[in-house]
Amino acid sequence: MVTEVTPEFVITDELAREIDRVLDEHGHDATQIVGVLLDVQALIEQQYVPQPVAFYVAQKLPIKVSVIYDCLTFYSALSPTPRAKYPVQVCRSIACKVNGSDSLFETVKEILGVEPGQVTYDGRFTIEEVSCFGACDVAPAIRINGKVYGHLDTPDKIRAVLAEFM
Amino acid sequence: MEDVQMIHLKINNLPVTVPKGTKILQAAESIGIDIPHLCFHPDQRAKARCRICSVEVVGNRRLLAACSTEVWEGMEVFTDSQIVRDTQVGILQLIMADHDKNCLNCARNQRCELQALCARFNIQIPNVPDVTKYRTTENTNPSIVRNPAKCIKCGRCVRVCKDTQGVEALTYASRSDDLIVTTPYNLSMEKTDCTLCGQCSLVCPTGAIVEKDDTQVVLNALQDPNTHVIVQVAPAVRVALGDAFGYKGGAIVTGQMVSALKMLGFDRVFDTNFSADLTIMEEGSELLHRIETGGKMPMLTSCSPGWINFIEKHYPNLLPHLSTAKSPMSMFGAIAKTYYAKQEGIPVKNIFTVAIMPCTAKKFEAARPEMGRDGMRDVDAVLTTREFIKLIHYVGLSFKDLPESEFDSPLGTGSGAGAIFGATGGVMEAALRTVYEKVTGKEAKPLEFTDVRGFEGVKEATYDLGVRKVKVAVCHTLLNARKMMDRLEKGECDYDFIEIMACPGGCIGGGGQPYDTTNEIRKQRIASLYEIDKGLPYRKSHENPDIITLYKDFLGEPLSDTSHHLLHTTYHQVHKLYEF
Amino acid sequence: MGNEARFITKNFGKYDPMSLDSYLSIGGYSALKRALKMDGEDIASAIAEAKVKGRGGAAYDMGRKWSQSRGVKAPHKVVICNADEGETCTFKDREIITNDPFNLIEAITICGYTVNAQDGYIYMREEYRHLRPRLLNAIKEAEEKGFLGDHIQGTDFSFHIHLYSGAGAYVCGEGTALIRSIEGKAGRPRMKPPFMKVSGLFALPTCVNNVESFAIVPHLLMDDDREYVSYGSGESLGTKLISLGGNVRRPGVYEIPFGTTVRDIVYDLGQGIPGGHSLRLIQFGGASGKVSDERILDTPYTYDDLKAAGVTVGSGSVLVIDSRTSVLDFLRMTQDFFSEESCGQCTPCREGNLHIKLILAKMARGEATQADIREMKKIASIMSISSLCGLGESAQNALLSAMKVFPKTFEIGGEN
Repeated sequence: MVTEVTPEFVITDELAREIDRVLDEHGHDATQIVGVLLDVQALIEQQYVPQPVAFYVAQKLPIKVSVIYDCLTFYSALSPTPRAKYPVQVCRSIACKVNGSDSLFETVKEILGVEPGQVTYDGRFTIEEVSCFGACDVAPAIRINGKVYGHLDTPDKIRAVLAEFM
Repeated sequence: MEDVQMIHLKINNLPVTVPKGTKILQAAESIGIDIPHLCFHPDQRAKARCRICSVEVVGNRRLLAACSTEVWEGMEVFTDSQIVRDTQVGILQLIMADHDKNCLNCARNQRCELQALCARFNIQIPNVPDVTKYRTTENTNPSIVRNPAKCIKCGRCVRVCKDTQGVEALTYASRSDDLIVTTPYNLSMEKTDCTLCGQCSLVCPTGAIVEKDDTQVVLNALQDPNTHVIVQVAPAVRVALGDAFGYKGGAIVTGQMVSALKMLGFDRVFDTNFSADLTIMEEGSELLHRIETGGKMPMLTSCSPGWINFIEKHYPNLLPHLSTAKSPMSMFGAIAKTYYAKQEGIPVKNIFTVAIMPCTAKKFEAARPEMGRDGMRDVDAVLTTREFIKLIHYVGLSFKDLPESEFDSPLGTGSGAGAIFGATGGVMEAALRTVYEKVTGKEAKPLEFTDVRGFEGVKEATYDLGVRKVKVAVCHTLLNARKMMDRLEKGECDYDFIEIMACPGGCIGGGGQPYDTTNEIRKQRIASLYEIDKGLPYRKSHENPDIITLYKDFLGEPLSDTSHHLLHTTYHQVHKLYEF
Repeated sequence: MGNEARFITKNFGKYDPMSLDSYLSIGGYSALKRALKMDGEDIASAIAEAKVKGRGGAAYDMGRKWSQSRGVKAPHKVVICNADEGETCTFKDREIITNDPFNLIEAITICGYTVNAQDGYIYMREEYRHLRPRLLNAIKEAEEKGFLGDHIQGTDFSFHIHLYSGAGAYVCGEGTALIRSIEGKAGRPRMKPPFMKVSGLFALPTCVNNVESFAIVPHLLMDDDREYVSYGSGESLGTKLISLGGNVRRPGVYEIPFGTTVRDIVYDLGQGIPGGHSLRLIQFGGASGKVSDERILDTPYTYDDLKAAGVTVGSGSVLVIDSRTSVLDFLRMTQDFFSEESCGQCTPCREGNLHIKLILAKMARGEATQADIREMKKIASIMSISSLCGLGESAQNALLSAMKVFPKTFEIGGEN
């Protein structure tokens, strides 16, 4: 199952307060925009920076919204489009590949029933193919919300990891 | 004079001596070698991103970018070795493979820097497959059209939007072969901070950003026997048009220009300098009125549409400072559709007014609902100088061979004050010539207010009008406008009158001017406008006989009810996409 | 393990990385105290004498770098710790930050003192964000105990360290891209000059070093027994952290004395290739590194010997690929990495990576012609000599070296 059109994102008062807090923590320092966006993105269930939020941050920081958009599309850890509550990042780089990340990748797709870039119907999972995240000593590995899960060389181990989030 | 250290180097074994700090590209140019370049622009900081200017420097394992590498003593450069050729042609092939190659119906056909390089290097058979990503052409505003498939990612537009204009409506997005130049969240230009100034379209080397083409609308009107088509030409066009026809920068081609317009079939050829004088009458009077009645000060000029779009979007709280006088173009349109129609006995609906402007934002201005009445526009079509050039080619005129002609009457006489509107500081000087005389009762001596002339980003001066002093400021480019508005917001502007032009150098440097416009050429155009001013019989707006007649027969006096109705307007806040 | 050394990693496991007191109990901050009594030039000389080379990949003489930075006169200067290790199969800096964060903070402070900087910035890749608390704690505790902040240890030297996060962009390991990222922009490299030491972060004179490079310094300053220089020889003195991965039984980070043979690294430290497969190739120094085959096994791991054998130390990674992966498949994986990670601003890298990816795919389908191979080589050469930054320059190292080492892979029957 794949989610269809996303309705216009609404910034609740609570989210606005949370974003303000992030901006305060970064001292309203525009040079810290990358860190600000990482923190703001973490506040949003689907782990992305919706258009209204980008404009909100741009106005409050202040910074040009074009800089924000450039960062959101440039850095792979940031996204201007909805991801999921648990983006499952599968390392597609070489050390993992030669240690079976292809079958890991297939198993994750099979368990979640989505292709990379798609989001499960409940908005909880998406699969992202990412470059080496420095866990080559535990290859093949995935990363979910910052935490690395290594040695996933059997379907059972993969299932066990994903089950934590189901 | 300061001693400049000279550097001796060799380019293709030829000895060259250039001042320290010179880049390889300019050093080669000084001995007649044109190193290919695309991202390089003489008015911008070097970007060194297209890499097509890569040249061989002895002792370096890698090639160096000629646009960004300073020469050094004893340097040996080769611009035409096998490795350089292979690299430059290879890079060109790579660019071509990712470029919409539909040149025949491209707005830049025959005027494209990429096309010129392909011709130069005789690129016939591509050696890599086509990988162009076709994306929708953005054609939603009256001024600018963007076709991302023609973008070569040189970054000139992003640079001019940020460094010159301080707007940053355009940005890079994404990376690797997904890299594009776009707007935040791919919003259409009018929804962004864009002011439609068109500087991006001026610096773009290809057809990725161009003015919206209105030539066909004009050609159709010209062919319609029932339509009376009149044209006005902005002061800045006559000193720029020649660039496209082999004249040197800043050449004054007024006579040939008027001939060309008559040969194109316009029923009357009029001069925006005329309505520039009218603007001075109204704006100058408004300034005096504000001073006398304690109106909102300082007053800001309102003739640059890029600047109007800028203040409406970015400083709506400062809108009360803006003069209510319409721009010369719009005043002309209003007079043409009322006074002129009546004078000539032509039904208004049969009159089609065309404006030839150095500007892309004028297309937007003409389409504003404020600029017309009874559901009809005052200015029916705006052509940029570049579109005008296309029309001259279209009808096959040999521009250089054209005889010189005069503007028609009654809207064809302009004073020297009207002429200098096209230069930064020109509106201010024109206003001062009239205001000085109105207040003091004497003619200013000398008539030239040179303190407000020149290419400085911000100029200021104080003039003694006897009863009081007026302090004025002049700035050009939106980056300088932003700095000025920030000062104004903080209450740090004790000026009476501020002239603001969106484009560098004023209208002569507008976004609709001929390709290859540079700051050097802008300065030449400015000098030419002052030369035109010097040679004219009338140099003050209020002495223009056609203006005197217009007030006598029709408007009454400046700021009269008729004037207010036809020649003044108010501007409004453009609401942001989101209000928080 | 006979081949392992414990110099850079000597603190690993000896103290609680979340406790300054614990660090002090094993002699932590002795080096800073010693440094504060030394002349900066002498510190730089000590590093130069030990012939320490930058461990990020460029292998620039580190003592010389510090001395040059020191020579730039400016009221405000900065030091950057590049913790953005993004080369594939490279995770040695992760181990340093995990096990020895205080040593790193101490080292950056010593660098600040040496080059007369007032601020230090650690730019750590987003992928290591779980290590942020460790570094933040180390900075906080060091400030509380007067090892960081104003008037460090009662001297006139004041120095502050700021932790910045990347957000997933390999190219930010390139110095100019890194500073743009800290400045709050997308991390696209800029042209040089101006050089970092003159105008870097916020246009201030900037001295950038890799995590491992820093980590050596405190140990070196306290190395009265000259242990460090007893390892290795010639231009390759001391020890080196390597990240060993791919098809080996025991992947991980190892500290080796320079001069250890590649065979010992793969078959002794790494315990060889699992499943009885034979060796296909080894890539040295990350995705941007060059490759070799079994012919390199008896080469000592030193800057000069590796160079003579056609590869480089680079980021210090040693990626072992066994016979189950073909050379072509390996190159396609490497190419996928660069096709994802190029910043896209300069033509050769943006377009070149794309076309080489297409030609490699064509090879895999068995459809490539000799002309394709020639074109691929030409594009790769253009990228390496004319790209804007080091990423584009080195992206085709694997391909170009593989063309030399494995010519058969690129032989296609019949001219076309």
